[in-house]
Amino acid sequence: MTLLDITNLKTYYRAEDGWVRATDDVSLSIERGETVGLVGESGSGKTTLAKSIIRLLPDNAEIVDGSVAFDGTEITELTDSELRKQLRWSEISMIPQNAMNGFDPVYTVGQQIVQVIRYHEDGTSKAEARERARSLFDELGIEPDRVDDYPHQFSGGMAQRAMIALALALSPSLVLADEPTTALDVVIQDRILETIKKMQKELNSAMIMITHDMSVVSETCDRIAVVYGGRIIEIADAETIITNPRHPYTLGLRNAFPDINDDDQELISIPGTPPELVDPGEGCRFAPRCPFAEEACWEVTPEPESYGDGHEVECHRADEVELLQTEAGKKETWLEQEIGRPDDPTADRATAEVESDD
Amino acid sequence: MSTGTTSPIDSATSTIGNGIDYVRTKLEVFEGDRLGQIGLATLFVFLVIGIFARPTTIEFLNLTIPGIAPHDPGERAVGGRLESPSAAHPLGTTDMGRDVLSQVIAGTRVTLLVGSLAAFMAVFIGTNVGLVSAYFGGWVDDVLMRITDIVYGVPFLPFAIVLVAILGNSLVNIIVAIVLILWRSTARVIRSQVLSHKQRPYVESAQAIGAGHLRIMYRHILPNVLPLTFLYAAFAVGWAVIAEASLSFLGFGDPNMLSWGEMIYNVYTANAIREAWWWVFPPGICIMLFVMSVFFIGRTLEEVVNPELRHQE
Repeated sequence: MTLLDITNLKTYYRAEDGWVRATDDVSLSIERGETVGLVGESGSGKTTLAKSIIRLLPDNAEIVDGSVAFDGTEITELTDSELRKQLRWSEISMIPQNAMNGFDPVYTVGQQIVQVIRYHEDGTSKAEARERARSLFDELGIEPDRVDDYPHQFSGGMAQRAMIALALALSPSLVLADEPTTALDVVIQDRILETIKKMQKELNSAMIMITHDMSVVSETCDRIAVVYGGRIIEIADAETIITNPRHPYTLGLRNAFPDINDDDQELISIPGTPPELVDPGEGCRFAPRCPFAEEACWEVTPEPESYGDGHEVECHRADEVELLQTEAGKKETWLEQEIGRPDDPTADRATAEVESDD
Repeated sequence: MSTGTTSPIDSATSTIGNGIDYVRTKLEVFEGDRLGQIGLATLFVFLVIGIFARPTTIEFLNLTIPGIAPHDPGERAVGGRLESPSAAHPLGTTDMGRDVLSQVIAGTRVTLLVGSLAAFMAVFIGTNVGLVSAYFGGWVDDVLMRITDIVYGVPFLPFAIVLVAILGNSLVNIIVAIVLILWRSTARVIRSQVLSHKQRPYVESAQAIGAGHLRIMYRHILPNVLPLTFLYAAFAVGWAVIAEASLSFLGFGDPNMLSWGEMIYNVYTANAIREAWWWVFPPGICIMLFVMSVFFIGRTLEEVVNPELRHQE
């Protein structure tokens, strides 16, 4: 059953020199209880996409077009107070990137969880809410008595767990996890991810996991959407994205992470930086950095092409999958001078940094 | 709040108990803080003196509490003219033969009144203006900050003198004049602080949780900027007292309410500053002590609302 259905969503930022198309024509649907990973570089628009879902955007951002349907409710048409009372946190909650700053420093963590519960569930007594906060802490592996501590008294990992407790306090149907483990060390990371998965299973919540860490998504997600330049350029189940991707960018991303079984493997990075999203014009957004770009890539924006089992790719050359996969594994392919539009001296190499939304 | 088994009385007593505990934990910050304790003690002494300066009658108890002041501060010729301190008049007498000690004691009331009222009102206005201005931004910010700019352009003394001259020199008008000028600095500082706080992740969390504007402003941002508010309240108390003293010294004080500033004005107009040191120093020193005590307290109060400071030991 579809829980969230995003169709042709366009979220733009007003900038001095025009609209920054941080999310451009994105469609994505999520089932109940499913975990979808959004992977991409900084500035690729993955956070903007997630924040558009609960309309938690800065003042200069605007959902220009498209629809976000949550459980049949059109979110883009709700008034602020409807959104607040009906959806925020009770249905869609968020685990922010840096839990330490996600808590209000002047209240104890327990007070904040109690506030959230009582704000959304009228008639819950303080004592009941407190009891729930304590049992949540217990389930997440924190000493229940620590609900009376202030956020700064928590370690990073513990604060992240407490944030998860806060996010799950109302058993939401959808959790937006914005790089929930980026600030933590690897051992803690793993435990936190396990905890998130376990709790998510129990509550049957769907989750959108935003990250730039391929290993995190491959471990936790059912499906992975690769975001580049404000678009989902490839989406498939986790297995397919890891073992059989078709988009050159996904291939490049995969290269950038080490394989522990292969001692000789050299890390290969994708040259260049994410494109500037002010008036990107026609053509594939990855073309300036793509070693396989052809004439058509510069002229025509590729349409999503389906390769079965929900595997969709936006690439003109996705049919030549064998060639792409072999070539992309070689270091020579990704040398900077080989890339770019050879016959066009005015080619915009897209070096400007995009306004970061992280 | 109460569960099924507790009676209303039980829950009421526990509420009161919790309240006392709460105040106690908040006052813990004064432990081990010498300056804060000195400030608190000084302020307390001034408070007691101010409240019991003159004889008070509690009617329904048919009880009269005698005043601390040995004489009526306005009564003439309780002693000789410009007598230096003696056992009968520990701080000497004025040119009219009034008792200086009694005047200083009676003046405490005015100081407390002006200090607390003006400071509270000024900080209240300033904090709200700053909070609203920064939180909403845009044209709200523009309008409120331009008003603040205008107030910044108004020099205090001429403004207060004109206002008091038009409305009459009563204590209320003096307080109004002080408040109308004093809120500006709080507004500016609170605004800049809120500007930084509204961008912090905890505010975004609060938005994600579904909190509305008022809730975010007053339950999340305000407690975070309260240390500054307290600090500015302390400054404001000191500043208001000094402003009142200056106005009174210039002769615009309330003639019916003798304040420390007015005492110094009287010394000046009696041409007695050079000889009657016992008449000048007591009110001067009192002003200084009072302002100092509120500053010390303000400094300590910073820690109450900032748990992070409290645990850094």
